[in-house]
Amino acid sequence: MSDPRIAGASVTKFGKHPERTGRDLFAEAGLEALSQAGIDPEDAEALYYGNFMGELAEHQGHQGPLMAEAIGLDVPATRVEAACASAGTAVREAVKTIRNGEAEVVVVGGAERMTNIGTAAATDALAIAADDLYEVRAGMTFPGAYALMARSYFDQYGGSHEDLAHIAVKNHEHALVNEHAQIQQEITVEDALEAPTIATPLGLYDSCPITDGAAAAVLTTEAYAEEHDLDAPVAITGTGQGGDNLALQDRPHLAQTPAADKAAEEAYDDAGVGPDDVDFAEVHDCFTIAEVFAIESLGFYERGEGIAAARDGETTRDGDRPINLSGGLKAKGHPVGATGVAQLATVAWLLDGSHPRADAVPDSTVGVAHNAGGTVASTTVHVMEVQE
Amino acid sequence: MTESAQDGEYDEWLDSIESGEGYYLECSNGHGWLPPRRVCPRCHDQDLSAVDLPESGEIASHTTITVPTPQFEDDAPYVTAIADFGPVSVTGLVRDVDPDDVAIGDVVGLDVGERVTTGDRAVVFRPR
Ligand SMILES: [Zn+2]
Repeated sequence: MSDPRIAGASVTKFGKHPERTGRDLFAEAGLEALSQAGIDPEDAEALYYGNFMGELAEHQGHQGPLMAEAIGLDVPATRVEAACASAGTAVREAVKTIRNGEAEVVVVGGAERMTNIGTAAATDALAIAADDLYEVRAGMTFPGAYALMARSYFDQYGGSHEDLAHIAVKNHEHALVNEHAQIQQEITVEDALEAPTIATPLGLYDSCPITDGAAAAVLTTEAYAEEHDLDAPVAITGTGQGGDNLALQDRPHLAQTPAADKAAEEAYDDAGVGPDDVDFAEVHDCFTIAEVFAIESLGFYERGEGIAAARDGETTRDGDRPINLSGGLKAKGHPVGATGVAQLATVAWLLDGSHPRADAVPDSTVGVAHNAGGTVASTTVHVMEVQE
Repeated sequence: MTESAQDGEYDEWLDSIESGEGYYLECSNGHGWLPPRRVCPRCHDQDLSAVDLPESGEIASHTTITVPTPQFEDDAPYVTAIADFGPVSVTGLVRDVDPDDVAIGDVVGLDVGERVTTGDRAVVFRPR
């Protein structure tokens, strides 16, 4: 069993590109990833592609073959949908395909076009990741769902909106040097606390923006990389996925994300590492409170203690274990179906030293990507390591 | 937005609440769920029986939503909450309370109300 190497990766500039079609966004990322990999496109044997709301935003289903064609490939192409974890789930399929020996070169990616339909329609589209009968019809929005989880966390473990503001401040600061980021703007705790409310207790600066963008990566075997003399020092050594009840009302705890616990445990076991071995992580901070759930589920903090991590400077770029050096979804942006692969690319670049924030984690050898769907009813965790 | 077809057991469940005979489904091990369910997702038991919903529940968490979807445009700002009715929890809109006064632990009853924007039926909670 060969752990897949990341031979090349690319992300588009995340932001507002309302006039750009999904296929054009993905073509930019996919072609650049293939070019970075230095692989003959004829050798690619499969595409796994993440996309969440293409039917609603572009009236476009059946995106697998469309996106393969957009990057010049004639391969079996499968679209994977798991809400905001679509691309992480696509990565997992690509990893399994390579490990099974079914392919030597697989392209994985994702894209989302969102701003073309406006904020109200995008809010509507995002809400369908929740249970339509029991949540959406009771007014649940995506921010509203995380607001329910945040209030429950405060009630059970303590913490405040000000603690969450420190997470937003950190991630905005991290994104200042990331040219792919949608928001490159420093903010203060006061800015975050004074921002308009979306769904109490969460405000505008607790939420990731609505984003257009795409990401792609080329995965290959160690043998193929050696044979073709590829520069591919980073391997995906662990993959995990967990699930949970779709509706919040059906879960025993509103302030825990067991799907991520399960994904993390599986990925760590697979890689033969533990939380203490992890130098940094890119986690799914669609809302500030989601970063708290993520770092607790990844085992970096006990339940109820993750809330203070950013405030105490432990997850900032000069902290012990930096979280979301890219700026996270909060500042980098969240083109839903692309996010999991953008995280994968970020971790690879931080490990190989080519990311603009790599100076925060010199000599690091183990990074983790945590990608969550909906209110964490789907989660993937991937462990990546620098190979000798 | 009116659906032309009913949503099976979901609409029947709303009917039951409207007629004061609200129920939930319980497996042999006491796990509670709302319909439609054919199996308990926690213990795989398929022997689910309808049990009367308690008269009142407690707010487990709540949020006042100011940025709604288009289907709730004229409802906003509104309060969505999850209320704990013992073996089962329910999501609904909190009515007849100032949003600023809603708190975790508040005792509420279950009712069916109307959404302002669309006129569709919705689960609502009122203080008890
Ligand atoms: Zn059961």
